[in-house]
Amino acid sequence: MTRLPFGLGGTDDGRDGDGDGDGVRTDSLRTGSVRTDGGETPNPFANVGDDIARKQLLGRVFVGICGASTLVGIVALFVLLGDVLYEAWGWVTLDFLTYPPSRFIENYYPDGRGAGIYPALVGSILLIALTAVFTMFLGVGAAIYLEEYAPESRLKSFIEANIANLAGVPSIVYGLLGLAVFVRFVGLGESLLAGALTLTLLILPIVIVSAQEALRAVPDSQRHAAYGVGATDWEVVRDVVLPAALPGIMTGTILSLSRAIGETAPLIMIGAATSMFRAPIEDVSGIPVPDLFGPFAAMPMQIFDWARLPEGDFQHVAAAGIVVLLTILLLMNATAILIRNKYEK
Amino acid sequence: MSGSSDVADLTRAGSDIPAGRNLAVRGVFFACALLTVLTTFGIVVVLFDGALGFFREETLFGLLSGVLGGVLAGSPAEAWAALRTGLGTQVTVREFLFGVEWSPIIRPRSYGVLPLLWGTMLIVVGSALIAIPVGTATAIYLSEYADRRVRKVVKPTLEVLAGVPTIVYGFFALSFITPIIQRFFPGTGTFNVAAGAIVVGVMIIPMVSSLSEDAMSAVPDELRNAAYGLGATKFEVSTDVVVPASLSGVMASYILAISRAIGETMAVTLAVGMQPNITLNPLEQAQTMTAYMVQIGISDVSVGSIGYQSLFAVGLLLFVMTLGMNLLSLWIKGRYQEAYR
Amino acid sequence: MSDSYTVGDERENEQDGAAADRADGRNVSTPDPVDETTGETTPSIQHIADADTVIEAADLTVHYGDVEALKPVNVRLPAQEVTAIIGPSGCGKSTFLRCINRMNDMVDAARVGGELRFRGKNVYDEDVDPVALRRKIGMVFQKPNPFPKSIYDNVAYGLEIQGYDGDMDARVEEALRGAALWDEVKDQLDESGLDLSGGQQQRLCIARAIAPDPEVILMDEPASALDPVATAKVEDLIDELAEEYTVVIVTHNMQQAARISDKTAVFLTGGQLVEFGETNRIFENPENQRVEDYITGKFG
Repeated sequence: MTRLPFGLGGTDDGRDGDGDGDGVRTDSLRTGSVRTDGGETPNPFANVGDDIARKQLLGRVFVGICGASTLVGIVALFVLLGDVLYEAWGWVTLDFLTYPPSRFIENYYPDGRGAGIYPALVGSILLIALTAVFTMFLGVGAAIYLEEYAPESRLKSFIEANIANLAGVPSIVYGLLGLAVFVRFVGLGESLLAGALTLTLLILPIVIVSAQEALRAVPDSQRHAAYGVGATDWEVVRDVVLPAALPGIMTGTILSLSRAIGETAPLIMIGAATSMFRAPIEDVSGIPVPDLFGPFAAMPMQIFDWARLPEGDFQHVAAAGIVVLLTILLLMNATAILIRNKYEK
Repeated sequence: MSGSSDVADLTRAGSDIPAGRNLAVRGVFFACALLTVLTTFGIVVVLFDGALGFFREETLFGLLSGVLGGVLAGSPAEAWAALRTGLGTQVTVREFLFGVEWSPIIRPRSYGVLPLLWGTMLIVVGSALIAIPVGTATAIYLSEYADRRVRKVVKPTLEVLAGVPTIVYGFFALSFITPIIQRFFPGTGTFNVAAGAIVVGVMIIPMVSSLSEDAMSAVPDELRNAAYGLGATKFEVSTDVVVPASLSGVMASYILAISRAIGETMAVTLAVGMQPNITLNPLEQAQTMTAYMVQIGISDVSVGSIGYQSLFAVGLLLFVMTLGMNLLSLWIKGRYQEAYR
Repeated sequence: MSDSYTVGDERENEQDGAAADRADGRNVSTPDPVDETTGETTPSIQHIADADTVIEAADLTVHYGDVEALKPVNVRLPAQEVTAIIGPSGCGKSTFLRCINRMNDMVDAARVGGELRFRGKNVYDEDVDPVALRRKIGMVFQKPNPFPKSIYDNVAYGLEIQGYDGDMDARVEEALRGAALWDEVKDQLDESGLDLSGGQQQRLCIARAIAPDPEVILMDEPASALDPVATAKVEDLIDELAEEYTVVIVTHNMQQAARISDKTAVFLTGGQLVEFGETNRIFENPENQRVEDYITGKFG
């Protein structure tokens, strides 16, 4: 931020980050002029006339408005989080995490029989784990093709423009795609696998773009070093580019997944259950195995279900569900930031 | 020159380079990239085909399989019947686009999408009235006034707003915004347009502020210095130089935010309600295109029924609108990037 | 082969005309730059005997998009000697170097014309795999660029991908000794190559380049990012390398070129090879006036 040091009075009202620098340079300018003027003659650079004063007032009002606007978003965030926490206070219990949902609000009370989010929690975690596996392979593969293999061609720009457009397609439309292709055409039904594949297509554009950025951050000198000793394209990617880009790719993928975990609309469209009493896990000779082809519930669906129930206290249950969802989201983001900080120079 | 035995062998075979593997790997990566193109293709085909079923009673695939089935069964009459029903008009495009009554499941049925479009437009206008001024002022503050440390904290904080699942915004509207509205306007129902517009507005603030700030920060300092050199105040530099110079980037951010508001689903479903309604009163309930799709999604309409088919017609309209907006913003941004060349 | 030789001869025959132009140029107090470039299209190339030739450029040109980065270059580089390529920045010397092992392939917009022969084989022929080429022609880059791996793995990498299945430890040691680095790092082979000092990193990169035993080593300003002490070590090393390898080194440092090279090629602005010959002769008695100006610091 380099700005001309024409302080011209109060426009630099301390909010400005380079206020220090400006201040010093403005001061020296003034002392300079004072010395040459001998102190008696009026400072020719003083703010004279109503015009400048009026403008400065306007400027101060303007900064006030802009600063206040910045606060609007921040305040809204904290009010939103505060509201959720307030509504959920006392409702997030161990039972809430370990019991299936119930139609009767009494069961959710701390002294009730126990009811909660367990099947949806497990469903969401499995859903995201599956989505992670798919997006890692497909997203990184596509990014590697675009960054490391594709020549600068019409095809490459077409694919990249297409990805940019896909990122702007509403998530509910991906739900229709999943419904028509995975649920009906492929015949997966309203299953965990169909849900994961739908979410994969949904976040693939973001994963690809972030993976491309991570690959682009690998210095060319590294690639050249490997090419220089006679490595093939694939050897360069495998031995040099991928290891260096992996932290960035992980960070971007986890952040994209944290978007997927809150997605509700696509799951509604593929006909996922709003509420399930059983987690999508089967017992195969004593070992719990995710049931890829069975029905499942996910946390946002369950929250949606609770939020629509007319009984007033279900608002608290919905809020409790949101707290669990946001906690998982927070954990994912924290992991992503940790990875980034650990590997950032 | 020297004898041929001395000529260097630089072929693949002479150096046992795993060329086949190289090519296979490249093919796999290319397939991954191609998948994104297939996704777009899939969306277009699914929506068009489904919408065809809405307007013509039978999807293209249904029609073809019906006719083929008749032919293979050796019964031309059956094939002809399938063709006739398949091509029969169920809903005219005219009725869909210009009808003012939307009731595709409940009799008397009518298929005018305008009430849903109107609901979406109310949300778009309402949320834009919040997000555009607030987002733009935030961007100006962050780009022109805030010091680097403030910006480093504020920008990601605002982006958290965009990362909160939209279902949470729906809950927030129901549990916080609507009660406040009800305090000032006691007649307001649980579901109302105002609450939906407010939460969607908050949700898209970061889109406007973040993308606009990027555009403003990209304005070269030489331009600012030129204005300072003429004795402009910081306020004048911000409003007369920076904003106009970054206008196309700022406009692109508005359009992207509006596109997001059009496609926004869960918050408006929870906050605005499920009642198609052409109204100007923000305290009434209404239904957006997306909320209608959710309504069908959670009800048990059977596959192939008119309710199921209507999903794709509405979905196609939604897709065309958002795609148009996204392309427009890309086009504007493309023009803007040329401005500094 | 004899074709290009004739072309080269013809160009040498034009020498007189060029000299005349040059004389004109010197008489005019403000030389017209256009005149000067048109007057100098005749490189003074001193040819070497066929048997010693490892690398030969025949009308080699490079275009980046519409920009001509290299005017037709005709030159033969000798085996087991150090050839320095000097010239002001932007003169195409690095471009020429990168043509030799086809590193320019990675620049999408680069188009190469003419031929570049490595031991008689045009490396731009259809059946040449650039990967195979680079296994015979190693490269050391301007900035030290060790992989973020251990010292040992850095040196072993080229051998590994080339499928070497002999005594890896011995080859790594040999390469590190060859790069005059062994004594300094023999006790820390498992530590990251990035933990070394800049000069050590560059010698590690040289070790990495010589480990697979290439025939030619290309060096792109290998000492420009190093301090004087490290530079001296790298220069000594280059001297030793020439006993076994053909070394082609790009440098903008004329003293360095004079110290370490046997032959020198001078590129001047516009991507033109203006003079090539014995280093001593080029520095003491250049034929070309612009080369003399450049070497004496009047130009560039």
